[in-house]
Amino acid sequence: MEYRLSEKHLEDIENILQNDFMELGVHCVVLIDMAGNIIASLDNGEMTQDIYSLAALAAGNFGAVSAMAKIVGEDEFSLLFHKGEKENIHFSKVIDDFLLISIFGKETSLGFLRLKVAEANKKIKVILES
Amino acid sequence: MAFVNLKKKELQAKIVYYGPGRGGKTTNLEYIYEEFSSRIKTEMIAIKTHGDRTLFFDFLPFDIGKIKGYDVKMQLYTVPGQVKYNATRRLVLRGVDGVVFVADSMKVRREKNILSLRNLQKNLATYQKSIFNIPLVLQYNKRDLSEQGIPLLPVQILEKQLNSKLKAPSFEASALVGTNVVKTMKRIISMTIASLQKELK
Repeated sequence: MEYRLSEKHLEDIENILQNDFMELGVHCVVLIDMAGNIIASLDNGEMTQDIYSLAALAAGNFGAVSAMAKIVGEDEFSLLFHKGEKENIHFSKVIDDFLLISIFGKETSLGFLRLKVAEANKKIKVILES
Repeated sequence: MAFVNLKKKELQAKIVYYGPGRGGKTTNLEYIYEEFSSRIKTEMIAIKTHGDRTLFFDFLPFDIGKIKGYDVKMQLYTVPGQVKYNATRRLVLRGVDGVVFVADSMKVRREKNILSLRNLQKNLATYQKSIFNIPLVLQYNKRDLSEQGIPLLPVQILEKQLNSKLKAPSFEASALVGTNVVKTMKRIISMTIASLQKELK
Protein backbone atom coordinates (compact mmCIF):
# COMPACT_ATOMS: atom_id res chain seq x y z
CA MET A 1 0.00 0.00 0.00
CA GLU A 2 2.73 2.45 -0.96
CA TYR A 3 1.29 5.81 -1.87
CA ARG A 4 2.24 9.48 -1.86
CA LEU A 5 -0.05 12.45 -2.03
CA SER A 6 1.07 15.92 -3.07
CA GLU A 7 -0.07 19.10 -1.34
CA LYS A 8 -2.36 19.71 -4.32
CA HIS A 9 -3.93 16.25 -3.93
CA LEU A 10 -4.51 16.84 -0.23
CA GLU A 11 -6.04 20.21 -0.93
CA ASP A 12 -8.37 18.74 -3.55
CA ILE A 13 -9.44 16.02 -1.10
CA GLU A 14 -10.11 18.60 1.62
CA ASN A 15 -12.18 20.66 -0.81
CA ILE A 16 -14.31 17.61 -1.61
CA LEU A 17 -14.80 16.89 2.10
CA GLN A 18 -15.70 20.53 2.74
CA ASN A 19 -18.18 20.85 -0.11
CA ASP A 20 -19.81 17.44 0.10
CA PHE A 21 -19.85 16.87 3.85
CA MET A 22 -19.23 19.88 6.04
CA GLU A 23 -21.79 21.93 4.17
CA LEU A 24 -24.27 19.12 4.67
CA GLY A 25 -23.93 19.59 8.43
CA VAL A 26 -21.74 16.59 9.14
CA HIS A 27 -19.85 17.01 12.44
CA CYS A 28 -16.60 15.48 11.31
CA VAL A 29 -15.28 13.70 8.24
CA VAL A 30 -12.00 11.80 8.06
CA LEU A 31 -10.21 9.99 5.25
CA ILE A 32 -7.89 7.28 6.55
CA ASP A 33 -5.78 4.46 5.17
CA MET A 34 -6.08 0.90 6.43
CA ALA A 35 -2.93 1.24 8.50
CA GLY A 36 -4.90 3.74 10.60
CA ASN A 37 -3.18 6.91 9.31
CA ILE A 38 -5.23 10.06 8.89
CA ILE A 39 -4.93 11.48 5.38
CA ALA A 40 -7.38 14.35 5.71
CA SER A 41 -9.86 15.45 8.33
CA LEU A 42 -12.31 18.29 8.77
CA ASP A 43 -14.68 19.06 11.62
CA ASN A 44 -17.18 21.69 12.62
CA GLY A 45 -14.95 23.08 15.36
CA GLU A 46 -17.01 21.49 18.13
CA MET A 47 -15.50 18.02 18.01
CA THR A 48 -13.41 17.14 21.04
CA GLN A 49 -12.86 13.48 20.21
CA ASP A 50 -9.43 12.08 19.52
CA ILE A 51 -9.55 11.30 15.82
CA TYR A 52 -6.20 9.47 15.82
CA SER A 53 -7.61 6.79 18.12
CA LEU A 54 -10.80 6.78 16.09
CA ALA A 55 -8.79 6.18 12.91
CA ALA A 56 -6.84 3.30 14.49
CA LEU A 57 -10.04 1.66 15.70
CA ALA A 58 -11.89 2.28 12.44
CA ALA A 59 -9.13 0.63 10.40
CA GLY A 60 -9.12 -2.33 12.79
CA ASN A 61 -12.89 -2.52 12.81
CA PHE A 62 -13.07 -2.49 9.03
CA GLY A 63 -10.50 -5.26 8.86
CA ALA A 64 -12.50 -7.32 11.35
CA VAL A 65 -15.72 -6.78 9.43
CA SER A 66 -13.99 -7.80 6.19
CA ALA A 67 -13.05 -11.07 7.89
CA MET A 68 -16.70 -11.50 8.94
CA ALA A 69 -17.80 -10.89 5.35
CA LYS A 70 -15.56 -13.68 4.12
CA ILE A 71 -17.06 -16.09 6.65
CA VAL A 72 -20.54 -15.47 5.21
CA GLY A 73 -19.25 -15.75 1.64
CA GLU A 74 -18.98 -12.05 0.77
CA ASP A 75 -15.80 -10.44 -0.50
CA GLU A 76 -16.43 -7.59 1.87
CA PHE A 77 -19.06 -5.26 3.30
CA SER A 78 -18.13 -1.95 1.74
CA LEU A 79 -20.04 0.22 4.16
CA LEU A 80 -20.76 0.23 7.86
CA PHE A 81 -23.07 2.32 9.95
CA HIS A 82 -23.21 2.73 13.72
CA LYS A 83 -26.19 4.50 15.23
CA GLY A 84 -25.97 6.33 18.52
CA GLU A 85 -28.21 8.59 20.65
CA LYS A 86 -26.63 11.81 19.45
CA GLU A 87 -23.83 10.84 17.10
CA ASN A 88 -23.74 8.32 14.29
CA ILE A 89 -20.78 7.01 12.35
CA HIS A 90 -20.77 6.01 8.72
CA PHE A 91 -17.79 4.14 7.23
CA SER A 92 -17.33 3.64 3.54
CA LYS A 93 -14.49 2.13 1.56
CA VAL A 94 -13.22 4.48 -1.15
CA ILE A 95 -10.83 2.07 -2.84
CA ASP A 96 -8.67 -0.70 -1.40
CA ASP A 97 -6.75 0.66 1.56
CA PHE A 98 -8.78 3.87 1.99
CA LEU A 99 -11.76 4.49 4.20
CA LEU A 100 -14.01 7.52 4.58
CA ILE A 101 -15.55 8.10 8.03
CA SER A 102 -18.36 10.57 8.65
CA ILE A 103 -19.70 11.48 12.09
CA PHE A 104 -23.07 13.13 12.02
CA GLY A 105 -26.08 13.94 14.19
CA LYS A 106 -29.85 13.73 13.95
CA GLU A 107 -30.09 16.78 11.71
CA THR A 108 -28.41 14.96 8.82
CA SER A 109 -30.38 12.38 6.88
CA LEU A 110 -28.62 9.06 6.45
CA GLY A 111 -30.03 8.65 2.93
CA PHE A 112 -28.70 12.00 1.80
CA LEU A 113 -25.35 11.34 3.45
CA ARG A 114 -25.05 8.02 1.64
CA LEU A 115 -25.73 9.79 -1.63
CA LYS A 116 -23.02 12.33 -0.86
CA VAL A 117 -20.61 9.59 0.21
CA ALA A 118 -21.11 7.82 -3.10
CA GLU A 119 -20.44 11.04 -5.03
CA ALA A 120 -17.41 11.98 -2.93
CA ASN A 121 -15.99 8.47 -3.16
CA LYS A 122 -15.94 8.72 -6.95
CA LYS A 123 -14.11 12.06 -6.83
CA ILE A 124 -11.62 10.98 -4.17
CA LYS A 125 -10.98 7.74 -6.02
CA VAL A 126 -9.84 9.70 -9.09
CA ILE A 127 -7.32 11.60 -6.93
CA LEU A 128 -6.04 8.54 -5.06
CA GLU A 129 -5.62 6.54 -8.25
CA SER A 130 -3.88 9.35 -10.13
CA MET B 1 3.75 2.52 5.93
CA ALA B 2 4.14 5.95 7.36
CA PHE B 3 2.05 8.75 5.97
CA VAL B 4 3.64 12.12 5.32
CA ASN B 5 1.16 14.96 5.10
CA LEU B 6 2.98 17.60 3.07
CA LYS B 7 0.19 20.10 3.59
CA LYS B 8 0.02 19.85 7.39
CA LYS B 9 3.73 19.04 7.67
CA GLU B 10 2.97 15.95 9.71
CA LEU B 11 4.42 12.43 9.77
CA GLN B 12 2.43 9.49 11.14
CA ALA B 13 4.34 6.26 11.69
CA LYS B 14 3.31 2.92 13.17
CA ILE B 15 5.30 0.96 15.71
CA VAL B 16 4.02 -2.45 16.77
CA TYR B 17 4.94 -4.29 19.99
CA TYR B 18 4.97 -7.97 19.06
CA GLY B 19 5.69 -11.11 21.06
CA PRO B 20 4.23 -14.15 22.81
CA GLY B 21 1.11 -13.95 24.97
CA ARG B 22 1.54 -12.64 28.53
CA GLY B 23 4.99 -11.35 27.61
CA GLY B 24 4.42 -7.73 28.66
CA LYS B 25 3.55 -5.86 25.47
CA THR B 26 0.56 -4.10 26.99
CA THR B 27 2.55 -3.44 30.17
CA ASN B 28 5.17 -1.64 28.05
CA LEU B 29 2.52 0.68 26.64
CA GLU B 30 0.91 1.19 30.03
CA TYR B 31 4.26 2.23 31.50
CA ILE B 32 4.88 4.67 28.62
CA TYR B 33 1.38 6.07 29.08
CA GLU B 34 2.01 6.67 32.81
CA GLU B 35 5.51 8.03 32.32
CA PHE B 36 4.58 10.49 29.58
CA SER B 37 1.04 11.28 30.69
CA SER B 38 1.73 15.01 30.51
CA ARG B 39 2.64 14.70 26.83
CA ILE B 40 0.00 12.21 25.79
CA LYS B 41 -3.25 14.09 25.51
CA THR B 42 -5.52 11.16 24.83
CA GLU B 43 -6.53 7.96 26.57
CA MET B 44 -4.75 4.74 25.79
CA ILE B 45 -7.08 2.43 23.90
CA ALA B 46 -7.09 -1.19 25.06
CA ILE B 47 -9.42 -3.81 23.66
CA LYS B 48 -9.29 -6.64 26.17
CA THR B 49 -11.17 -9.77 27.10
CA HIS B 50 -12.71 -10.13 30.55
CA GLY B 51 -9.62 -12.04 31.58
CA ASP B 52 -7.55 -8.92 30.85
CA ARG B 53 -5.88 -10.43 27.81
CA THR B 54 -5.48 -8.30 24.69
CA LEU B 55 -8.25 -9.27 22.30
CA PHE B 56 -7.59 -6.93 19.39
CA PHE B 57 -4.88 -4.37 20.09
CA ASP B 58 -3.77 -1.54 22.37
CA PHE B 59 -3.16 1.84 20.85
CA LEU B 60 -1.24 4.83 22.12
CA PRO B 61 -0.66 7.91 19.96
CA PHE B 62 2.57 9.61 20.95
CA ASP B 63 3.63 13.05 19.67
CA ILE B 64 7.38 13.29 19.72
CA GLY B 65 7.69 16.86 18.50
CA LYS B 66 9.19 18.30 15.35
CA ILE B 67 11.79 16.72 13.08
CA LYS B 68 12.90 18.71 10.02
CA GLY B 69 9.84 20.91 10.47
CA TYR B 70 7.43 17.97 10.54
CA ASP B 71 5.20 17.14 13.51
CA VAL B 72 5.98 13.50 14.19
CA LYS B 73 3.21 11.32 15.54
CA MET B 74 4.23 7.82 16.56
CA GLN B 75 1.33 5.40 16.77
CA LEU B 76 2.22 2.64 19.22
CA TYR B 77 0.25 -0.60 18.90
CA THR B 78 0.39 -4.00 20.55
CA VAL B 79 -0.89 -7.24 19.06
CA PRO B 80 -2.70 -10.04 20.88
CA GLY B 81 0.01 -12.58 21.68
CA GLN B 82 -2.14 -15.68 21.93
CA VAL B 83 -1.43 -18.09 19.08
CA LYS B 84 -5.09 -18.33 18.02
CA TYR B 85 -5.33 -14.61 17.18
CA ASN B 86 -3.03 -14.64 14.18
CA ALA B 87 -5.50 -12.99 11.80
CA THR B 88 -5.72 -10.07 14.21
CA ARG B 89 -1.95 -9.82 14.50
CA ARG B 90 -1.63 -9.68 10.75
CA LEU B 91 -4.27 -6.95 10.62
CA VAL B 92 -2.42 -4.81 13.17
CA LEU B 93 0.86 -5.24 11.28
CA ARG B 94 -0.62 -3.61 8.21
CA GLY B 95 1.46 -0.54 7.37
CA VAL B 96 3.95 -1.14 10.19
CA ASP B 97 7.14 0.96 10.18
CA GLY B 98 8.97 -0.44 13.20
CA VAL B 99 8.67 -3.45 15.53
CA VAL B 100 9.59 -4.08 19.16
CA PHE B 101 9.73 -7.80 19.86
CA VAL B 102 8.97 -8.33 23.54
CA ALA B 103 10.44 -11.70 24.52
CA ASP B 104 9.53 -13.38 27.78
CA SER B 105 12.71 -14.17 29.73
CA MET B 106 11.14 -17.00 31.72
CA LYS B 107 12.73 -20.37 31.03
CA VAL B 108 9.34 -22.00 30.47
CA ARG B 109 8.58 -19.55 27.66
CA ARG B 110 11.64 -20.37 25.55
CA GLU B 111 9.70 -22.15 22.82
CA LYS B 112 6.92 -19.52 22.77
CA ASN B 113 9.43 -16.74 22.01
CA ILE B 114 10.90 -18.64 19.09
CA LEU B 115 7.46 -19.46 17.66
CA SER B 116 6.29 -15.87 18.02
CA LEU B 117 9.39 -14.50 16.29
CA ARG B 118 8.89 -16.93 13.40
CA ASN B 119 5.26 -15.89 13.27
CA LEU B 120 6.34 -12.24 13.05
CA GLN B 121 8.63 -13.06 10.15
CA LYS B 122 5.84 -14.89 8.35
CA ASN B 123 3.26 -12.18 8.94
CA LEU B 124 5.62 -9.42 7.79
CA ALA B 125 6.26 -11.40 4.63
CA THR B 126 2.55 -11.24 3.78
CA TYR B 127 3.09 -7.48 3.43
CA GLN B 128 6.32 -7.97 1.44
CA LYS B 129 8.38 -6.88 4.42
CA SER B 130 11.44 -8.64 5.73
CA ILE B 131 12.21 -9.06 9.40
CA PHE B 132 15.86 -8.41 8.45
CA ASN B 133 15.16 -4.98 6.94
CA ILE B 134 12.43 -3.49 9.09
CA PRO B 135 13.54 -1.38 12.09
CA LEU B 136 13.46 -3.93 14.93
CA VAL B 137 14.38 -3.86 18.61
CA LEU B 138 14.36 -6.90 20.89
CA GLN B 139 13.38 -6.57 24.50
CA TYR B 140 14.11 -9.34 27.01
CA ASN B 141 11.35 -8.65 29.47
CA LYS B 142 10.67 -9.77 33.05
CA ARG B 143 14.33 -9.67 34.14
CA ASP B 144 13.09 -8.59 37.61
CA LEU B 145 11.58 -12.05 38.18
CA SER B 146 14.99 -13.52 38.98
CA GLU B 147 14.75 -11.78 42.38
CA GLN B 148 11.73 -13.94 43.13
CA GLY B 149 13.62 -17.10 42.29
CA ILE B 150 11.82 -17.72 39.01
CA PRO B 151 14.17 -19.41 36.54
CA LEU B 152 15.05 -17.08 33.68
CA LEU B 153 16.96 -17.70 30.49
CA PRO B 154 20.38 -16.04 30.54
CA VAL B 155 20.60 -13.11 28.13
CA GLN B 156 23.34 -14.90 26.15
CA ILE B 157 20.92 -17.76 25.48
CA LEU B 158 18.12 -15.39 24.47
CA GLU B 159 20.54 -13.58 22.15
CA LYS B 160 21.64 -16.85 20.62
CA GLN B 161 18.13 -18.20 20.16
CA LEU B 162 16.42 -15.05 18.95
CA ASN B 163 18.99 -12.56 17.77
CA SER B 164 21.92 -14.49 16.31
CA LYS B 165 20.82 -13.83 12.73
CA LEU B 166 18.84 -10.64 13.22
CA LYS B 167 21.55 -8.81 15.15
CA ALA B 168 18.99 -6.22 16.25
CA PRO B 169 19.60 -3.91 19.21
CA SER B 170 18.37 -5.60 22.37
CA PHE B 171 17.57 -4.54 25.93
CA GLU B 172 17.09 -6.37 29.19
CA ALA B 173 13.94 -4.95 30.69
CA SER B 174 11.17 -5.09 33.19
CA ALA B 175 8.01 -3.55 31.82
CA LEU B 176 6.35 -3.86 35.21
CA VAL B 177 8.85 -1.68 37.05
CA GLY B 178 9.84 0.27 33.93
CA THR B 179 13.46 -0.77 33.53
CA ASN B 180 14.57 0.03 29.97
CA VAL B 181 11.01 0.48 28.71
CA VAL B 182 11.70 4.05 27.67
CA LYS B 183 15.12 3.11 26.27
CA THR B 184 13.50 0.43 24.12
CA MET B 185 10.93 2.91 22.86
CA LYS B 186 13.49 5.62 22.15
CA ARG B 187 15.63 3.19 20.21
CA ILE B 188 12.80 1.96 18.00
CA ILE B 189 11.62 5.51 17.40
CA SER B 190 15.07 6.68 16.33
CA MET B 191 15.53 3.65 14.07
CA THR B 192 12.09 4.17 12.52
CA ILE B 193 12.72 7.87 11.96
CA ALA B 194 16.11 7.08 10.40
CA SER B 195 14.48 4.65 8.00
CA LEU B 196 11.87 7.28 7.07
CA GLN B 197 14.38 10.12 6.58
CA LYS B 198 14.08 10.04 2.82
CA GLU B 199 10.36 10.74 3.12
CA LEU B 200 11.00 13.99 5.00
CA LYS B 201 12.27 16.37 2.39
